Amino acid sequence: MTVLTVPTVDAAPAGLSRRTRVLRRLRRNPLAVVSFVVLALAAIIAVLSPWLAPYAVEQTDFGHTFAAPGTPGHVLGTDDLGRDVLSRIMLGARASLQVAILAVATSLVIGVPLGLAAGYFRAWDAVISRFTDLLLAFPFLIMAVGLAAIRGASLTNAAVAVGIAQIPGVIRVVRSDTLRLKSLDFVAAAVVDGASDLWVLARHILPNATSVILVQATVAIPVAILGEAVLSFLGLGIQPPAPSLGTMLATAQQFAARAPWAAVLPGVVIMGLALAFNVFGDALRDALDPKGDRR
Amino acid sequence: MTPQENALELEDLVMHFGPVRAVDGVSLTIPRGRVTALVGESGSGKSTVGRCVVRLVEPTSGVVRIAGADVTHLSRRQLRRHRSDVSIVFQDPAGSLNPRMLVGDIVAEPLRLSRRRLSRRDREARVAAELGRVGLRAEVARRYPHELSGGQRQRVSIARALISEPMLLIADEPTSALDVSVQASVLNLLADLQRDIGFACLFITHDLSAVEYLADDIAVMYLGQLVEKGSREQIFARPAHPYTQALLSAAPVADPERQRQRQQVLLGDDLPSALDPPSGCRFRTRCPLAFDRCATEVPAQIEFGDGVAACHLVQPDGTRPDVRAAETNEVLS
Amino acid sequence: MTTAERTGTPSSAVEAPVLEVRDLSVAFRTEGGTVSAVDRVSLDLAPGEIVGMVGESGCGKSVTAMSIAGLLPGSARVTGSVRLQGTELVGTRESVLRRVRGKEIAYIFQEPMTSLNPVLTVGRQIGEVLQVHERMSGRAARARAVELLSLVGIPSAATRVDNYPHQLSGGMRQRVMIAMAVACGPKVLVADEPTTALDVTVQAGILQVLRDLRDRLGTSILIITHDLGVIADVADRVVVMYAGRVVERAPVTDLFAFPYHQYTAGLLSASPTPGVHAGTQRLQEIPGLVPVLSTQPDACTFADRCPAADARCREAAPPLEAVRPAINDHVAACWHPCPAPRTHVEEATA
Repeated sequence: MTVLTVPTVDAAPAGLSRRTRVLRRLRRNPLAVVSFVVLALAAIIAVLSPWLAPYAVEQTDFGHTFAAPGTPGHVLGTDDLGRDVLSRIMLGARASLQVAILAVATSLVIGVPLGLAAGYFRAWDAVISRFTDLLLAFPFLIMAVGLAAIRGASLTNAAVAVGIAQIPGVIRVVRSDTLRLKSLDFVAAAVVDGASDLWVLARHILPNATSVILVQATVAIPVAILGEAVLSFLGLGIQPPAPSLGTMLATAQQFAARAPWAAVLPGVVIMGLALAFNVFGDALRDALDPKGDRR
Repeated sequence: MTPQENALELEDLVMHFGPVRAVDGVSLTIPRGRVTALVGESGSGKSTVGRCVVRLVEPTSGVVRIAGADVTHLSRRQLRRHRSDVSIVFQDPAGSLNPRMLVGDIVAEPLRLSRRRLSRRDREARVAAELGRVGLRAEVARRYPHELSGGQRQRVSIARALISEPMLLIADEPTSALDVSVQASVLNLLADLQRDIGFACLFITHDLSAVEYLADDIAVMYLGQLVEKGSREQIFARPAHPYTQALLSAAPVADPERQRQRQQVLLGDDLPSALDPPSGCRFRTRCPLAFDRCATEVPAQIEFGDGVAACHLVQPDGTRPDVRAAETNEVLS
Repeated sequence: MTTAERTGTPSSAVEAPVLEVRDLSVAFRTEGGTVSAVDRVSLDLAPGEIVGMVGESGCGKSVTAMSIAGLLPGSARVTGSVRLQGTELVGTRESVLRRVRGKEIAYIFQEPMTSLNPVLTVGRQIGEVLQVHERMSGRAARARAVELLSLVGIPSAATRVDNYPHQLSGGMRQRVMIAMAVACGPKVLVADEPTTALDVTVQAGILQVLRDLRDRLGTSILIITHDLGVIADVADRVVVMYAGRVVERAPVTDLFAFPYHQYTAGLLSASPTPGVHAGTQRLQEIPGLVPVLSTQPDACTFADRCPAADARCREAAPPLEAVRPAINDHVAACWHPCPAPRTHVEEATA
């Protein structure tokens, strides 16, 4: 007799844990697998790039400027100063990912507590929601220019600027999930048993909001990568000669007619990373959706 | 009777949510170790009464006394002293258990929140014992709620509610979301536990037939007010208020011969809004027996047998109306 | 006898059925593998007959109902035959089915609010059905909508026709859904838990409307419910389902008086009925849960929960056959049918 599940009081069911179920669903989605492989490769290359890169990023070779891709010794060619494009892309991607992770971490560290507070305490909701509106209304680039003017242009400051711009999104998502969770009976049961607000938030609301936060993070990372590219392109982010995908784009566009590869290749990498994060975020959201359980 | 002998006393409880008059003057007493069923349909305010008792909401006015202590307006901090006196079991077993916590941690939570400090080993022993008491094996403690069936989850909820040995249990439609066969086992379990442990219970339900096993007394609510209360025997055998009679007659009996010979009372479908309840008797807009006095005068609570009923047609000498005698067809077409 | 009047058409076997379901099976593809939801279900619906289908959640009763008019999602594999007045519906093109639905066979569901459009008056919504299926003019459709609303027992239908769904109570909305369902005079009405979301005082009125429709329009009704009280109130015949199979089928009075299948008997004694059980008596429990099956085994699927099960029950599926030769309309699939009629019914009425 082929019985899938017979949960009874005596025989404990062979139910799958939530984590294995989510992982299994991800594994069955080809897009999720491909995007995950891309991201894993990118992460490995980014971490190991100082050792993997064939040349030092700042090593110029004026004898071989604008070498086309495929040139022996320079697989992806060289730029206007004869620097190896492959090496610069590897380290540039490393910088981009650093900015993206730092930015998203900043937005989560500030946004998650504010979102929890806004959703849980009615008195704080109005204040925090106005703050969110204010942040949303404030142009991201002006803020980045301001920050660069005060603290100087650097990787960290670009990350902070991008992170601040992402706070409203985090607050909104966490606030709405908190509102939903707050009305559930297990929260009421804890309150009846004398739980404090902090206890309820830490033990009941935050753990159940993690999937939403996780998905929000995977959606925010590609936005941050693009944000870094924009800031570096405008000279507000990572400073040359240190490579970032954005600065590479910015310098290469001056010679776009002579050496299109120097502009196109970093652009393709930015696109590829952003796409991979987006696709993986979507797949993760689908896999975490409890409605996926229904037949 | 001294107050200490009562697990719960409600005096003229009022709960308004803005303009919505969810509960409008409910008085009810549950002696220690007795089970009172609070019966009403959707919008009657029965669940709000339960939420006032466990102080999930602060009543607009009136008094809530648990084991003699007035908890009506206590702050959350002050309430902590009374928390182990009262517990609640909710309707939806899926929503009342935290999906990210192990069953063992869920059941142990009231212990961790109580002032008495227990070692981890003692706590685990208590959890295992409590799970055993509700008919679950100790291994269930290491499972997540979604691995359990609806009936098992409701048992977990009951174990959690009873682990702090409360004097009063609020059961808010604990079986409504369950299948018939599972419902029976949960009702039996509650009845057994109540008999063995002897806690008092406010059993909130829309289903009169579910409480016949459990309840000593029954209180019937309509649109925020009690229309009748009395012993189980009296409510089932000699219901006085027309609404109680209609409720009893509307619940179909699982016996076609009897069901089809019964004379049913058909009430209109239009429930008045709790925003603007009808003047006089609130049931008059759907009552087949309503007459002009019902619109102008709020009926008093008339003592009747071992209970009370709020209807102009009920007399202390035992006279009571019979809705089945009324011409009910006009309500239908 | 008063029951005869309310039961309406007493014997159904004489007339040709409007709806014939034969060996209907439904399987779903899911992440965890195939799930067999319905297994070789057969049932007939005679003209003007109300058949009740009862069982716990997961028994396949709703899936059966949905598969009749092809309402299941693409992941469902439906085999067998459903004939509506002789026309085969299983495997029929969606465009044909769409014409059949609403006109020949109509559905009402548990939650009336989600099936109504909140921005249109109920009159407009009923009118649209008539304009699409019956090609009625707007004015005629509105007049018919008023008629239909009074048919389903909505007082002052002429003013109610201009109400929006949110202005109506739950019971009124369900009446509107019924009015929409019967607007085109369907032969068959499938009511899937029509009163489950409603209060019991409102439920009684809705069941009365269903009975009225059968009496006045001759509509055949398949009512799906978990509530034996509803079955006892309106059904002429009953189909009991368990784990995707029909385990018992009988005229309503027979089923309640002489339940043969152990599951039917368990279900009957598990339902609390006011006034029938004495105060302190315990309710009968059925241990365990409805299994989720990947394939249908050659065994009784109730065996694991059955008090009377033995080796035979686990080795061969019992056939659905007449248990008492005298009553050919009463069939059950049980190797160890309940021997004696339930006794407490007599006790209680005595």
